[in-house]
Amino acid sequence: MMGTIWFWIVGAMLTAYVVLDGFDIGVGALHLLLARTEDEKRLVLRSIGPVWDGNEVWLIAGGGTLYFAFPLVYAASFSGFYLPLMIVLWLLILRGLSIELRGHIGMGVWRAFFDGLFALSSVLLAVFYGAALANVIRGVPLEADSYFFLPLWTNWRVGPSPGILDWYTVTGGVLALIALAVHGAAYLAVKTIGDLQQRARRTISVLWIPLIAITALSLIATMAIRPQTLDNYKAFPIAFLIPAGVIASLIALLLFSRRGNDRRAFTASCVYLALMMIGAAAGLYPALLPSIIDPKDDLTIARSITGHHAQAVGLAWWTFGIALAIMYFVIIYRMFRGKVDLESEGY
Amino acid sequence: MDALLLHRIHFGFTITFHYIFPQLTMGLALLIVVLKTIAWRRNDEMYNQAARFWAKIFGINFVMGVVTGIPMEFQFGTNWSHFSRVTGGVIGQPLAMEGVFSFFLESAFLGLFLFGEKRLSASAHWASAVMVWLGSWISGFFIIVTDAWMQHPVAYRMGQNGTFEITSFWKLLTNPWALLQYPHNMCATVITGAFVMSAVGAFYLLERRNEEFGRIFLKVGVIAGVISCIVIIFPTGDLHGKYVAKTQPASMAAMEGLFHTEKGAGIVLMGQPNEEKQTLDNPLVVNNVLSFLIYGTTSAEVTGLDKFPKDQWPAPLPLLYYGYHIMAGLGTYFVVVMGLAAFLLWRGKLYTTRWILWPLMLSFPLPYIATTAGWMTAEIGRQPWVVYQLMRTSEGYSHHVSASNALFTLLGFAGLYTVLGILFVVLIYREIAHGPAHMKKFEEGLHTVSGA
Repeated sequence: MMGTIWFWIVGAMLTAYVVLDGFDIGVGALHLLLARTEDEKRLVLRSIGPVWDGNEVWLIAGGGTLYFAFPLVYAASFSGFYLPLMIVLWLLILRGLSIELRGHIGMGVWRAFFDGLFALSSVLLAVFYGAALANVIRGVPLEADSYFFLPLWTNWRVGPSPGILDWYTVTGGVLALIALAVHGAAYLAVKTIGDLQQRARRTISVLWIPLIAITALSLIATMAIRPQTLDNYKAFPIAFLIPAGVIASLIALLLFSRRGNDRRAFTASCVYLALMMIGAAAGLYPALLPSIIDPKDDLTIARSITGHHAQAVGLAWWTFGIALAIMYFVIIYRMFRGKVDLESEGY
Repeated sequence: MDALLLHRIHFGFTITFHYIFPQLTMGLALLIVVLKTIAWRRNDEMYNQAARFWAKIFGINFVMGVVTGIPMEFQFGTNWSHFSRVTGGVIGQPLAMEGVFSFFLESAFLGLFLFGEKRLSASAHWASAVMVWLGSWISGFFIIVTDAWMQHPVAYRMGQNGTFEITSFWKLLTNPWALLQYPHNMCATVITGAFVMSAVGAFYLLERRNEEFGRIFLKVGVIAGVISCIVIIFPTGDLHGKYVAKTQPASMAAMEGLFHTEKGAGIVLMGQPNEEKQTLDNPLVVNNVLSFLIYGTTSAEVTGLDKFPKDQWPAPLPLLYYGYHIMAGLGTYFVVVMGLAAFLLWRGKLYTTRWILWPLMLSFPLPYIATTAGWMTAEIGRQPWVVYQLMRTSEGYSHHVSASNALFTLLGFAGLYTVLGILFVVLIYREIAHGPAHMKKFEEGLHTVSGA
């Protein structure tokens, strides 16, 4: 029972990461296209400046919580996804630097370099995150000792010896890139005015059809390569509200954005991403990392949950700690609410 | 190449590089609180200006600390997966708590501290500086708790599949090793902060630029420095050393280069341990002092390495010995320099005494070396165990990650961190050359200044 709670806690923290860091990654992926002048570039950076670092903490805290609650899953997945995780780390390093160091030297070459690095690292991070999630859904070739090691690619096919990248996980990567780009555009529309805001809104309109198409494609592909995903949905038909909500939130996103109601459009985008994550978790449950070879090797909650005392104490401090964290986020987002300008302190 | 060695170097290199930055930010966070407190209580704009300057240095270090810190959280799983699997039931706890209790706090309030001066009242801005300081010191505590469990496991039992489970949350957090190591380590961060602040102050005075700020930096740096330099030796270092002798006698023998058990053991000031012949080459020893330092009497018997089977000797032994001696030697030097500077400050002569300003300016790299050497002492001293006497290091690494893949990513980090190091030096140089006097005032904002 408590294992189930921890499953959803880890899921919720990673969902919070995707929704929060998702918009600043999306902003990074788009900013070369949307921000044309130096002032616009600084506005774009200022829109995420005070919050991106805190958003990224959800990844660290989520990873730490996974380590704490499911040590076996943490150990197996982090060593098995060794190469892509290292690449993600390098991208996170380069991206953090490009945001923070750009403003330190007033040279055109310096700034252009970090602008490019910011865009490139954001695009690749989105693709890698999508592919990572798709790898978990597809399953990995777990060995008898519950470890595995995946090369970056093999024959690009979903089979018994897959690579990190195959057609399915690449689809997941492209989906993540488009979804986060739309999410970032929706955020920018909230935070800016004038030309920048118009371009952000137009981006949502342009990317909306591809987004809905690839969302549908990925859902069908998931059912094709891993039919067990539907088991929980069949057992609890109420879960079909999740995909229904995905479609509804996408429609709401477009309608609100067209009417210029940017805050609601951004909310719809948050709901869309959260439901995609929850839907994936619901399909996996009770496995955290399924085996592509034999379902009895799946790393499930029961096999990988930590000891009783840790679970019980953990629930107490986690609840308290996250309540504090949410309070900090409310303070910060309230403090820096509204449209960004070049008058006040910032990048 | 040997996979075990590569995974050890992988973690050792990335943690050593990472810790360059947090050791300064943790110490500096406290000193910034001191500057902000004086500014607020005395309503002194000079101190506010000084705090703004150090906030810029802090900000650059913080970014470097964040981006090099994320790989640390990942590397338990990527490079030390079996260790993580077996011990996650215990040390997953403090590592998760660090994320939840410290990183959220730090990241949120650093944003407020760096970008919120205009929007906040003086007291609220002061409070945000305090929160950043608290966040960074809480983070340090959870990491020390994690390391302390590896050094001195407490509050655990064997759970399912040969993994460890925690039995008492409270005993884990109050592990005596952690309670001794934490104050010792936090003193070291204040020493780093104090030497860096004093070095910039001495530079400004010697260079005859920003002299009014140079005097503030020297005053705060030297006072913080002399206190922390004494406390790091006595009582924190003294108590911690005695505890190591009690709980890890083989490490203590190796640190001291004591191959043979002796009554009235002497302390080695200099000499090179010769593992083959089990002697010290070129020894410079003061008789009886080691026995006295550990047991309080000059005739006590100190256990040498001869009492331990060779497969339980810490390795590489000479590196452990040198690490310890470098730390202790530099610690002694710090007391001398800071003691003299504090005396001259008290006599009102510090700002004009060039023979002390020069060593103050040049000594700033030494605390970094001493801290690194101290951590090498702790971590090599634990060898050959990853969890002391419970799990060997050779069992802990990711056996499914080949040596070739580990080397590939090690080279990647080496390249990336070289670039980071160069960028860091350039940016810090610019800030110091730019100086505190030309920073924009309160109303004009802080973070835009050097980008302008």
